[in-house]
Amino acid sequence: MLEFINSNIQIIYLVILMIFVGVELIEKVPSVLHTPLMSGANAIHGVVIIGAIIIMGQAESTFAIILGFISVILGTLNVVGGFVVTDRMLEMFKKKK
Amino acid sequence: MNKEILQLIYLVGSISFMIGLKMLSKPDTARKGNLIAAFGMTIAILGTIFLYEGIKISNYGWIFGGLIIGTLLGTLSAKKVKMTKMPEMVSLFNGMGGACAMLISAVEFTHLTHNHEIGALPKGHLLIIMLGLIIGSISFVGSLVAWGKLSGHLGDKTLKLQQVVNIGLLLLILGITCYTIMVGPPETITYFYAIWGLSVLYGILFVMPIGGADMPVVISLLNSFTGVAAAMGGFLYDNKVMLVGGILVGSAGTLLTLVMCKAMNRSLTNVLIGNFGGGGGNGESTTSLSGGHVREINVGDTAILLKYANNVIIVPGYGLAVAQAQHVCHELEEILEKEGVGVKYAIHPVAGRMPGHMNVLLAESNVSYDKLIEMEHINPEFSTTDVVLVVGANDVVNPAAKTDPSSPIYGMPILDVENAKNIIVMKRSMKAGYAGIENELFFQPKTSMLFGDAKGTLTKLVSEIKAL
Repeated sequence: MLEFINSNIQIIYLVILMIFVGVELIEKVPSVLHTPLMSGANAIHGVVIIGAIIIMGQAESTFAIILGFISVILGTLNVVGGFVVTDRMLEMFKKKK
Repeated sequence: MNKEILQLIYLVGSISFMIGLKMLSKPDTARKGNLIAAFGMTIAILGTIFLYEGIKISNYGWIFGGLIIGTLLGTLSAKKVKMTKMPEMVSLFNGMGGACAMLISAVEFTHLTHNHEIGALPKGHLLIIMLGLIIGSISFVGSLVAWGKLSGHLGDKTLKLQQVVNIGLLLLILGITCYTIMVGPPETITYFYAIWGLSVLYGILFVMPIGGADMPVVISLLNSFTGVAAAMGGFLYDNKVMLVGGILVGSAGTLLTLVMCKAMNRSLTNVLIGNFGGGGGNGESTTSLSGGHVREINVGDTAILLKYANNVIIVPGYGLAVAQAQHVCHELEEILEKEGVGVKYAIHPVAGRMPGHMNVLLAESNVSYDKLIEMEHINPEFSTTDVVLVVGANDVVNPAAKTDPSSPIYGMPILDVENAKNIIVMKRSMKAGYAGIENELFFQPKTSMLFGDAKGTLTKLVSEIKAL
């Protein structure tokens, strides 16, 4: 246990800091922005696609190629769809001249 | 060298996520914030493809193929979706991310069992893979169920002893996971697939009983789940940008979920096990009200009332979204303004099916941002308002939330429309709103009902006012 914490101490620091940053960033958000913000956050966790690219890039077996390919598609859908939908929602918030 | 440049790119990506999220929480900067986060994501993806150690050039075809297919499908569906269908779309995209995390865990598990003897698998690694699998699966399947409910393909279903079953299932999943990791039995591979199956089942049972009206909260929660699942990938590959993005969304998403619950004055537990949409079992409902007298008003009289008022507040609700009446609603506002009537919109934090739903909808028809007033600011104004026009809203103007402790919405902050001099409620019928309860506002002497579809009635109203 102690060994595990010690060998991953940097990551543990990072995780704890990010938890606080995440809470801090969102704290004073007006309710009008709840949905766009959720949608934007939804696009950001699409960063999981990097894992999919790593798997796909290193794939040798057919199993890994098929699953890797599907996960790249799914991850891209999450990223691209997420950002485009968010942009469409926010486009509407333009101020009229 | 490549490795060092990639780390730098990941750093820039991580910072752009933080700045992006920060800017997304303010109306003026939100759109830019979204673009900044998208930029960070793009360089992180390109950097990984070209600079990550061990990516085989021979697999580039697969990578770019997947990226192109995903981009085309994602852009098309995101551009085509109707404004009212946005929540479903977000849920669907969230599910894709969960599925992606789930598949990564599946592939990494086979790598692990290839490279190590069963029984001697590295425990930390295995734990992270299992967690990614469980959380990713729940998020994937849960989001699909939420999508099905919002789009009307699935109803609310509650099994007998649903909560007991759910908790039992979750404990079973965690139990098998702990056993597999600690003991490392020869059947590890079988157990892995059992955990996968049970997690999928749990995802269904977790979302199935929750009422359709609470789906936004559930989607937000599942959104933060996917964030955590993505962070597991960050652990696995010791990849800082995945870790930062995942944990940020996990923590910000959790807080956002709680804020959404607070806007409805309910606790998260209450949302998750309260069976809000199910109705019944919540003490006696105030059925005595249905005997009361309802006053109807016709379009002509409404037009006169509106034209000669000094100020009017419009309260939009889900009915406006369903009827796609936002454009004609804006037209009405413009005509009244031309006649010298002050028009504002009162926006309840949970009007429609998602917080912000009404703002997005009205902004689509070019209603100016500063005419949309949030609940806390508009509530004191109702007492000096001549006419309140409620368009397809119900529960958010139900005084029972303040007066009737046995009501399921008791304690939810509402718009105090009953303080206005005249209240006109536009509704299709006397049917109850999403919470399934009567609204005594409709029976008050100051209230008149204008029955009909929101779009049709508003259109008639506009031409009537023009003709006056």
